[in-house]
Amino acid sequence: MTTPGNAVEMRGIEKTYPGRSPVTALTGVDLTIADGEFVALLGPSGCGKSTLLNIVAGFEQPSAGELRIHGAPPRPPGPDRAVVFQEPALFPWLTIEKNVTFGPRIQKRPRAEFEQEARRFIDLVGLSGFEQHYPDQLSGGMKQRVGIARCLLMQPKLFLMDEPFGALDAQTRLQMQELLLHVWDTLKRTVIFITHDIDEAIFLADTVYVMSARPGRIRSRNPVPLPRPRDIDMLTDPAFNALRRDILHQIREEAGKSGRQH
Amino acid sequence: MNGEGIAARLIALLQGLALPVALLVLWEAMGRADMLPAGILPAPSAILATWREWAFGNGGFGLNPYSGTWLDTVLFSARRVAQGFLVAVIVGVPVGILIGWSRLAARGIDPLIQGLRPIPITAWLPFSIALFGIRDMGAIFLIGLGAFYPIVVNSTHGARDVGRNLIRAAQMMGASQRDLVIRVVLPNALPSIFTGMRIGLGVAWTAVIVAEIVAVKSGLGYVLWDAYYVGRMDVVLADMVSIGLAGFLSDRLMLLISHRVLHWQALSR
Repeated sequence: MTTPGNAVEMRGIEKTYPGRSPVTALTGVDLTIADGEFVALLGPSGCGKSTLLNIVAGFEQPSAGELRIHGAPPRPPGPDRAVVFQEPALFPWLTIEKNVTFGPRIQKRPRAEFEQEARRFIDLVGLSGFEQHYPDQLSGGMKQRVGIARCLLMQPKLFLMDEPFGALDAQTRLQMQELLLHVWDTLKRTVIFITHDIDEAIFLADTVYVMSARPGRIRSRNPVPLPRPRDIDMLTDPAFNALRRDILHQIREEAGKSGRQH
Repeated sequence: MNGEGIAARLIALLQGLALPVALLVLWEAMGRADMLPAGILPAPSAILATWREWAFGNGGFGLNPYSGTWLDTVLFSARRVAQGFLVAVIVGVPVGILIGWSRLAARGIDPLIQGLRPIPITAWLPFSIALFGIRDMGAIFLIGLGAFYPIVVNSTHGARDVGRNLIRAAQMMGASQRDLVIRVVLPNALPSIFTGMRIGLGVAWTAVIVAEIVAVKSGLGYVLWDAYYVGRMDVVLADMVSIGLAGFLSDRLMLLISHRVLHWQALSR
């Protein structure tokens, strides 16, 4: 099934959490993500989208199905797949600089090799001057930038982002989205971006996958007909609004379905 | 700090001192009026005079065997506390981290510790003397054992407390199991470890007094009991105050070290 040029291929991925009443989080997920593609997974909370991301990251194993990452079976979590978590997951006892360079430092890479890159990425996410601060001294948006900078320094093949801006206020979120677009335009790495925000999904992604309510599966594939580089004016573009309306209807249908189930 | 802050702290300090000072004055007044049995409860001024002789006297020739021995006595006890406490930290922190991190260790070691913990260290005294004799090792064993429990329990708690995403973040940056334990679980547990060490240090001072009363022939605990036997209640009370002071100072020192090490914690807000 492996096709060269595909970052992620999933066939019939299933995830069931065992227990007295087993919970099926994912069922029959088929997904192909091209190398360099920016993909958004959109779905209601509890639809298993985070589970899907955790499977790609290597944090969880699928119960059934086949997964290929750059043509190879998934390996344990590692620096080839960087994850930006919803809560920033920084080490509070390390300075911003030490947090960003945690990866290369534990891999015992010589300092000279990554020092300059680290400075560049800290600068890119707008945190120059905060290198010696501690996470608790930063705002939520700034912490999330640290999370992004440390992922950039890992030079991963895959960026996995699990609702990274979900906890931020609207203004900060828009800033972070623009920052991410800017970073992506310069690096062109594969991104899987989890969100429940329709605007965010369309604004950022090449392709928006709408997921169904639990058990999660891919309901539809929606290519985004907007050019790059993106800017905030596109948020009111007719093409944007048409896709938004379409996805809204899909999501309402899904919500209705799960409503009848309960 | 502004003037108002200093004034507020000064008022708080005075409020805190009011009751102890009032009691001391009352005590002294009653002592001078011969309203207290001096053989049991000497007046504060008498205790202070005794302490001065104990601390700075030039060594009595048989008349006052305590003269000038205070510092040595305190150091005997402090050294035992330090040694026992160090053993407790060296054993307790790694064992606690292990129990908190590894399910196997939790199943294998934790029941043993929880099973032994309800036996108070005082109950270990005869066993300790039988094993080590009237020597330092017995005291250090008791102190170490007493301090070990709070340290191991709090280290376990701190290691268990580590957030799942913090572990995952380290893993996705390439951390090995060893990296996880040393660079994530241990620093994450440090605040809890310091809490355990502070409690453990308090227990250590309790243990050293008990051990010195029974199992060795020097230190504040030994003098406490010895002075009681010869009816020197002034020395007994001066000794009690000395124990309190030593415990207080060592706790302050611990707190200072903890603030230094955990400086990143004080930064929130």
